Amino acid sequence: MNIRYMLGNEVIAQACLEAEIDFASGYPGTPSSEVIDYLRHQKDRDFYVEWSVNEKVAFENALAAAWTGIRSLVTMKHVGLNVAADPLLTSAYTGVTGGFVILSADDPYAHSSQNEQDSRRYALFAKIPCLDPASVREAHSMMRAAFAISEEVGLPVLFRPTTRICHSKSDVEPDVPGTGHRIGSFERNPQQYVVIPKHTRVLHKKLNEKQPAIAEMFVDRGFNTAEVRGTTAIISGGIAASYAEELISDDVSFAKIGAYPIDAAWLKAFVDQHETVLVIEELSPVIEEAVRMAATTTVVHGKMDGHLPFEGELSPAAVAQAMTSAGFAPTKTYPVVPPEEGIPARPPLLCAGCGHRAVFYAMKKVFKDGIFPSDIGCYTLGIQLGMVDTTICMGASITVGSGIAHSGEMRPVVCTIGDSTFLHTGIQGLLNAVYNGANMTVVILDNRITAMTGHQPNPNTGVTATGVASPPVSIEAICRSVGAPWVETVSSYDLTGLMQALQTAKDREGVKVIVARQPCVIAARREGIRRKPYVVDPEICTGCGLCVKFGCPAIEFHDGKAVITSLCSGCSVCADICPAGAIHKGGKQ
Amino acid sequence: MKESFDVLIVGVGGQGTILASNILGEACLVAGVSVRGAETHGMAQRGGSVETHIRIGGVYGPLISPGTADLIISFDLLEALRYRHFLKTGGTIITSDAVVIPTSAFTDGAEVPTTDEIMERLGDVSCTAIDAAGLAVEAGTILAQNVVMLGAASHALPLSVEALREAISRCVPPKTVETNIRAFELGRACLEQ
Ligand code: SF4
Ligand code: SF4
Repeated sequence: MNIRYMLGNEVIAQACLEAEIDFASGYPGTPSSEVIDYLRHQKDRDFYVEWSVNEKVAFENALAAAWTGIRSLVTMKHVGLNVAADPLLTSAYTGVTGGFVILSADDPYAHSSQNEQDSRRYALFAKIPCLDPASVREAHSMMRAAFAISEEVGLPVLFRPTTRICHSKSDVEPDVPGTGHRIGSFERNPQQYVVIPKHTRVLHKKLNEKQPAIAEMFVDRGFNTAEVRGTTAIISGGIAASYAEELISDDVSFAKIGAYPIDAAWLKAFVDQHETVLVIEELSPVIEEAVRMAATTTVVHGKMDGHLPFEGELSPAAVAQAMTSAGFAPTKTYPVVPPEEGIPARPPLLCAGCGHRAVFYAMKKVFKDGIFPSDIGCYTLGIQLGMVDTTICMGASITVGSGIAHSGEMRPVVCTIGDSTFLHTGIQGLLNAVYNGANMTVVILDNRITAMTGHQPNPNTGVTATGVASPPVSIEAICRSVGAPWVETVSSYDLTGLMQALQTAKDREGVKVIVARQPCVIAARREGIRRKPYVVDPEICTGCGLCVKFGCPAIEFHDGKAVITSLCSGCSVCADICPAGAIHKGGKQ
Repeated sequence: MKESFDVLIVGVGGQGTILASNILGEACLVAGVSVRGAETHGMAQRGGSVETHIRIGGVYGPLISPGTADLIISFDLLEALRYRHFLKTGGTIITSDAVVIPTSAFTDGAEVPTTDEIMERLGDVSCTAIDAAGLAVEAGTILAQNVVMLGAASHALPLSVEALREAISRCVPPKTVETNIRAFELGRACLEQ
């Protein structure tokens, strides 16, 4: 036996190898990123893997691969599915020939996200099957089965793990990677692949006709199970089902929903056998709505009558509380212990030497009354420096900026966007702002990598997902080509240069672009770049605290003097800030 | 159903909580015990407060709820205080005696309790603080603090020393096995009666 202690996302990647995956694409997004990261680094199976520039691009690539008959996967986080929603909804009409699995990782509690949307709703909306694993082990078996199910029903399958699946670990017994390989072959079939009105009306009808058989299949194959043990029942799905299983007593019936659509007749037969049913699931009441629809005389409890929250993630304690409140005695109770008070928070911070911090510092100096739309990446942490006024979704810094600039608001607009986010959906916003004559400054925080999600390469990095060299794109050339009349590049560590560029931008009309460039310090360290750390000369330090206010986590303040710790990565910016000239390069690397 | 032994490992992003939890998970495999775990990935790892849940013998979900942890292993004294409400009555905390001062203390003047104040506030539970940094340096590298902590916690874990040693040698880079085993032994010895 070969049992391993594996991360959910690694298990999902492993299952793809076992299922003979031929093609994978995706855009990084927590909690989904490690799936492609495992696939691109593994050596057990040879197939095509790419990081795409955004989720729509990734989706269409993978969809087309499945149209050629090969098995393909596309991965993203839940909000990425919004970006890919356009092809998603019509891909259900066209269907697929090769297995096509869409992994959309949900993030209840928004651990690392801008919202708590529920991907199961998308699957219902698109009328495609959805698999919702309750555990890491189930993620393994479900992902293994997903490609074949997709082929069988001729539809994309949405695989929906949540953070507590992706980033949980379990003892798992992986199998060996599959050895079969398919070669793509596109067969012309306009009735299927050209969705002109005449074709799409037929395709829509076909899609609807497939639904009942899919729902029945999920019962027959044990994805949705029910066991009658008494007159009351709990119905649960996703990770919440594993919390419920730990707490349910032997005389309470249990139904587990692992796949959608749910067979309405089967559900009704189960519900009808009980006096009271409690539905336990995270986020949207997807199961609960189906149960309420099925119930005639049975009393149904869940979110809709206040026993469980609509938002956030569940936990064993939260499930026990819901059970108690609905009159189901849990086998364990949990004490209510409040956390300690008066402990300073420890939020994540920009790294010591991160170029973003210096750019924000310079922006604050030059644009004291500026409005600062920002975007999604490590630099969103600039909110702690007061330099992030808006963040809504990928690429929206430039568009929100131009919207404010055209609104009559007189204060200067300076937006920030990272290189990966600019290439994701920022370019169109810039094109639009230039064409429509917005007056704003766009600062592209270029650290040559997609940092926040774990340092994935993008077209700006110079290598592909599998490490093949590829000429890095020129961000400046892109900006000029969409019409930006003034594009200036500065090192993010050059405070003087940054302030000069920002001042020039402030004095000009129109769209001004500053590319502030410096590799992410973590990625640079991995590449072997080492800079000598800086030290504070206590004789010269006046204790003014200006360097401390800069916020670098390597700078501490003890006994009236600044001190630089071993976290210093030698960016030199604090040395430029110190008015006394007390900070200089020194010490060992 | 046998209850699981629930361990919460807490610290500051970058201190190696995930490696420590991998070692415990691997030790469960060596011992033939089922195991579930949950980790913090993503943004919080940039110097934020991080927590890793491990349920030794667990067969259900991976999360530990407040008031139910059998053991808290903390790589930072302040984090031991932050997460103490997870401890069950009669549970144990094994913590490093050092505090990484939150940057907000310097930038915004946030009040940070002193070591003595923290120890006093933890006075009503079984809590032992050890000099993890000093022992790690003695073992050969400051980076081995996480393994020192596992050594110190090993007395409280339902896993054999052999299983833990074997797990360490499987989980750490081959070149560092010796140093890490030394770190484990030093951590273990410092709490031997
Ligand atoms: S990971 Fe890179 S980009 Fe992110 S905060 Fe650290 S240095 Fe900055
Ligand atoms: S040089 Fe100064 S600002 Fe840069 S990392 Fe070191 S301490 Fe921080």
